Parts: sequence; C-alpha cells; structure tokens
Amino acid sequence: MMPMFPREIPRDQIAKYERSFLLRLYEEMFRIREFEERVRFLFLEGAMPGTIHQCQGQEATAVGVCQALNEDDYLTSTHRPHGHALAKGLTPLEILLELFGSIEGCCKGKGGSMHIGNMAKGMPPAIAIVGGNIPVAAGMALALKMQKRPQIVACFFGDGATSEGAFHEAVNMAAIWNLPVVFCCENNLYGASTHVSKITRLPSLRQRATAYGIEALTVDGNNVLAVYEMARTAAVKCRAGEGPVFLELITYRLTGHSRRDPCLYMPKEERAAWAAMDPLLRLREALLDRGEVTVSELEAVELAVKQAIEQAVEIARKAPPPTLDDLETDVYAKSEVGI
Amino acid sequence: MKRMGIAEALREAIAEEMRRDHRVFCMGEDIGIPGGWGGAFTVTLGLEKEFPDRMINTPIAENGFFGMGMGAAMLGMRPIVDVQYGDFLLCAMDQICSNASMMRYMSGGTVSVPLVMRAPVGATGRGAQHARNLERMFLGVPGIKIVAPSTAYDAKGLLKAAVRDGNPVMIFEHKLLYGSKGPRTESGAVDATSDIPDDDYVVPIGRAAVRREGADVTIIAWLLMAHAAQAAANVLSAEGIEAEVVDARSLNPLDYETIGASVKKTGRALIVEEGPITGGVGAEIAAGIQERFGDCLRTSVRRVASPDIPVPFAPVLENAYRPDAARVAAAVRAMCGR
Ligand SMILES: Cc1ncc(C[n+]2csc(CCOP(=O)(O)OP(=O)(O)O)c2C)c(N)n1
Ligand SMILES: [Mg+2]
Repeated sequence: MMPMFPREIPRDQIAKYERSFLLRLYEEMFRIREFEERVRFLFLEGAMPGTIHQCQGQEATAVGVCQALNEDDYLTSTHRPHGHALAKGLTPLEILLELFGSIEGCCKGKGGSMHIGNMAKGMPPAIAIVGGNIPVAAGMALALKMQKRPQIVACFFGDGATSEGAFHEAVNMAAIWNLPVVFCCENNLYGASTHVSKITRLPSLRQRATAYGIEALTVDGNNVLAVYEMARTAAVKCRAGEGPVFLELITYRLTGHSRRDPCLYMPKEERAAWAAMDPLLRLREALLDRGEVTVSELEAVELAVKQAIEQAVEIARKAPPPTLDDLETDVYAKSEVGI
Repeated sequence: MKRMGIAEALREAIAEEMRRDHRVFCMGEDIGIPGGWGGAFTVTLGLEKEFPDRMINTPIAENGFFGMGMGAAMLGMRPIVDVQYGDFLLCAMDQICSNASMMRYMSGGTVSVPLVMRAPVGATGRGAQHARNLERMFLGVPGIKIVAPSTAYDAKGLLKAAVRDGNPVMIFEHKLLYGSKGPRTESGAVDATSDIPDDDYVVPIGRAAVRREGADVTIIAWLLMAHAAQAAANVLSAEGIEAEVVDARSLNPLDYETIGASVKKTGRALIVEEGPITGGVGAEIAAGIQERFGDCLRTSVRRVASPDIPVPFAPVLENAYRPDAARVAAAVRAMCGR
C-alpha cells in the first residue's frame, strides 16, 4: 500500500513549535535510528545473542507519543520494544546491556530483546505475545483510576494485534469504564509477512475501536508532530476521565520483521515509496526549510548521539553476564505473609 | 531415499497428505504467502504453489482459528493448524482443551475431531515467551494425543499418522531440530536429518523407539533431549556404562510396553526433559514406571529436567536451564554408584 499522506510536514504545523522542542524531537528519533542500526550490525556480526525485532522507520510513533506523556506516565510495549523504551527514557546503555544478556541490563539479562522495560521508568517489561499487553495496559489504567492518580497509560501494539481477542476484550472494558489509556496502534501495514488488507474488510483499523464506542483517529504516523498533537489531545482527554482514546498511527517498517528477514513479501515500489516517507528525513527537511536550524547543527546533534551510543556499546560488550547464582532468583517476590 | 531435515520432512508429509486426501488443508499465521517464510520455521514454504486454496493464512487470532479448525474437522475436513511458537497454544487453550479434546466424549462418541495441531517448542535464545516446552500442559488433558519426534523420519511418519488418526493430535516440534535453512537457520541447531524412504509410511502413534541398546540404565527422552541422551550414552559407554536410550516419541499414549521391557532389563530409569522439573511429563512417566515396574527397579527413578523457573534469556542462564549430555551423564553415574 502506497503512502496516503503528503510527504511534506505542513509549514504552519512546524511554525507552532519552539526550535529547542523540534531539535529534541529530532534527537530522540535519531537516537532510536542510530541505536537500531548499531544493534542490527552487532546482531549480524554475531556479537549479540537471540533474535531482534527492530523499528527503523517507526521512530515518530514512539517519540511523538512519549513527548505527549509525563515522565511518570506508563507505557506498555510488544516484541518490537526498543524504540518505545528509548522514547520512554530508558538509556541506550541499560537496553544494550540487556540485549547482550548482562546481569547489569534493565532486566538483569533475564528478559532479552523482546522484554525490554524498566518499571521505575514507567515501562514494565515488554510483552511478546501479540495482543498480550493490551489487557495489561487497560488493567494498569484501571488501577490508576481506582487510586485516583493523574497518570495515564500509553499502550503500543501493531496492526496484527487488533485481530486478537485480547484486543477486543480489553478495548471494550477500557471503554465501558472510561479508563485512562491511549491505545497506540502502529499500523505498519504488515503483521509479520501478512498485509493488513488480508486481515480485515474494514478500510481502516480505527473502525475496530469506534465499534466499541470510543474516539479513534487515524494519524500520519511518520509525521512526528502529527503524532505528538494527537497524542497530547488524547492524553488530556484521558486525564480528564474521558478515556480511552485509540490512535491508528500509519507507518512502515523499513527493516525486516525480525533478524535476517529479506522482506520478499513487500513490493519493491512500496518499500521505495515508504523509504521516501522516512520520518527522520521528513522532520529534517522541514527543520531546514524553516530556516532556524542549520545542517551543521543537526550534524552536531547526530554526532553526539552516535558517540554516546558507541560508548554504551563498548561498555555493554564487556559487561558481566549473570552467574549461576542468579539462575533461580527473581521467580517470586518475598511473601508478605510472615511464617 | 533422500536425506532430509525435520522441516523438509514435515513439508513433504503435508504435501503428500494434501495430494492423497483433498480434505486436508493447512491453517496458520504467515503461511501460503508468496515471498513469505512458510510459517515461522519454513515447514510450509512454497506449498501455496501446489495448493493455493488449501493454505489458509489467518489473522493473529489463535483461539479463533484453532476453534475453526475444530469446527471444520467436525464436518469432515482434516485441518492441520499451527502456531508459530508453542507458547501461543496458550492463547488457543480454550478451544483445544474445552472443545476439541472433549467433543468426542461429550457427544457420546458421535462426533469426531480429526484435527492436527503443530507447535514448535524449546529454548532458543528468544527469552521466556518464545521458549517453553508445552508438552506437560496437554498431557493431563484426556482426548488429545501427543507426539514429539526427534528425527526427520519420525516427524514425517508421525505427522502422517496424525492426519489419518481421526482424533485431535498435537505434534510438538523442536526449533533446534528443524534444520531450517536460509535466513531461518537456528544457531545451536542439532542434526536430526534422516534417510526418508520414497514410499509412503506412517510411524504409529503410541510406539516408542529404542535408539541404543544397553543393559545398565534406561534413559527415556524425546525431542531435543533424545539427542542429549544419546550423546550422554556415548560418553558413558567409554566409561563402561551401557545405557539404553528410549525415544518416547509419543507422549500420549505412552508406550509402557517398550519402556517396561527396557526397565525390566536394566533396573534403572532416568527421564530427561526440557522444562521445569515440577509437574512435567517426566513426573508422569516416573509414576507410571513405579506403578508398573517398581519391583524391577534397582534404584529409584530419577529425572534430569530444568529448574522451576521461566526460561531465562542470557545464554549462560539458558544453557543452565536446558539439560545437556553432561548433566544426563552425571545423573546416570550417580544412579550406577560411580
Ligand atoms: C499470540 C502471538 N501470535 C503470534 C506471534 C508471532 N508474531 C510475532 S510478531 C507477529 C506480527 C505482529 O504484527 P503486528 O501486531 O502488526 O506488529 P509488528 O510486528 O508489525 O510491529 C507475529 C505473528 C506472537 N508473538 N504472539
Ligand atoms: Mg504490523
């Protein structure tokens, strides 16, 4: 499916924002891109164990949504969590340590790529059972409502996940109880190798949410400002007790589904058209067009990010693995019932 | 005769069964897609060319399409449904365990559910949710037959037997044994290739295979652990301990005839299982041996299995989780007083 939004970020849209904010968006997205490219390389050279699901091309969804969140809000993710985690404030180092299977990783090397998270930063380990995180996110939102806390939950999942019963059950319950959760559906047009047109008769996945009586919007998921604006509006609604909201973020995966996927099921023209819709390129062009930012400034941002990631890689490569003493720890929390 | 790995042998079995019987069809995620992978591990790669109408690619909706497989089976079709990783069987648990397994009984023997279910299992560096050995979860569910091949020959023959069986049959396949090629190659893979005869054959469900004869101890295993058991037996042989390796192959029903004959001969039984030791298939086999052949035992039945933890990600921990030949050999030595 070819891109359906105009390539240019509208001038009046970008004109609304401070230079520093726009540069931050660029930096955040670039950090994800650079991180993923570096990890891909490490993985292909055999330095990293396991499998990986990466998000090159989808940086704007993670960054746009997370910029609309407060630091103490929550986020749940999927088998493809690296970008969400970085956007939520996990450091490249704590994620890299986990990917290398170190005891110093964000999950002590017990989780791995598909379970990146850090509860202290509002992100429980990602859930790799497709759709599995959606009821969990709704449950977190239920707790927030019962505790009368002001936070909200951003729940990320893909187009493929909207066919799971878990999606339908959870969205409905979030709807009937007005829960503070923003359902962020990253519609990258494919669930693994299956095109979205093969899994629904609806012209838009948004309708799967409107069927439950909630507000649902389709957004250009490769325009970080459009994502940010919709997410901010959704967050305001959720905080006002008028949630949930469903955002269908149209995007495209510029990389394989997992590890060495050659993507032969994606038409070449489609891939090329979406490569031109790269969210980083689009923001970069809009920034330069606006005039307040120079190429050398952007390059300085990029260089700083690259250096920081390279440093983190060097530390993570040498970090210690768990020991056999760690094998059977962390299965249960300490019982609250005294013996 | 052709040399084949498990993925290839399963593919050939499916193709032959579809050619033989027009009621047979496949249903699962990412199958039958031109340019796709043929399921998660290439088993159905390219089958859409010959059977464009019988490779049904589903949305990600396991409970739904397992239930649909059952419904289609009730009306005379012979579906082969699969999950990409065994762990996702849990999403379909309701249809499998509350419907497919019990329909025959609840209908007083009037309805049959000739449904084949395929599920890749095993810890392979992917973390806790793509790693479990689910055999244990279905063993206590009457009405489902369970097979777990360790060689390409058995994989082909058991899948054919499953398609023709007329009951719900679950076939567990090990990711490290597939021999998947190209981009889907698994690191740490173990050779499970066999010479596959040109002629049609089935491996009957309910029969174990003696892989190696020996008089001192019986090692019972399946899937990847059958390979670990044979490797251990080779090491032990050099030390003067002769182990008999029984590849269970079929977990429900279990072949107590073959197991019993071996245990009566050796007087010692060790069960090797990938998966937590508590509540595993090994527990059932141990009890079964004790009840049937307890008088013949020279020492108590032992198990080598995983610790009672989720599957860890870090390679050092995962390797400690998954039993290997060294642990099997150590257990045998202890049983033999060495
Ligand atoms: C319950 C379940 N079924 C199948 C899978 C295998 N699987 C992993 S990712 C994936 C595709 C998911 O597609 P989508 O939700 O669109 O997310 P994307 O990968 O595009 O980010 C599949 C089928 C899984 N992890 N969990
Ligand atoms: Mg998708």
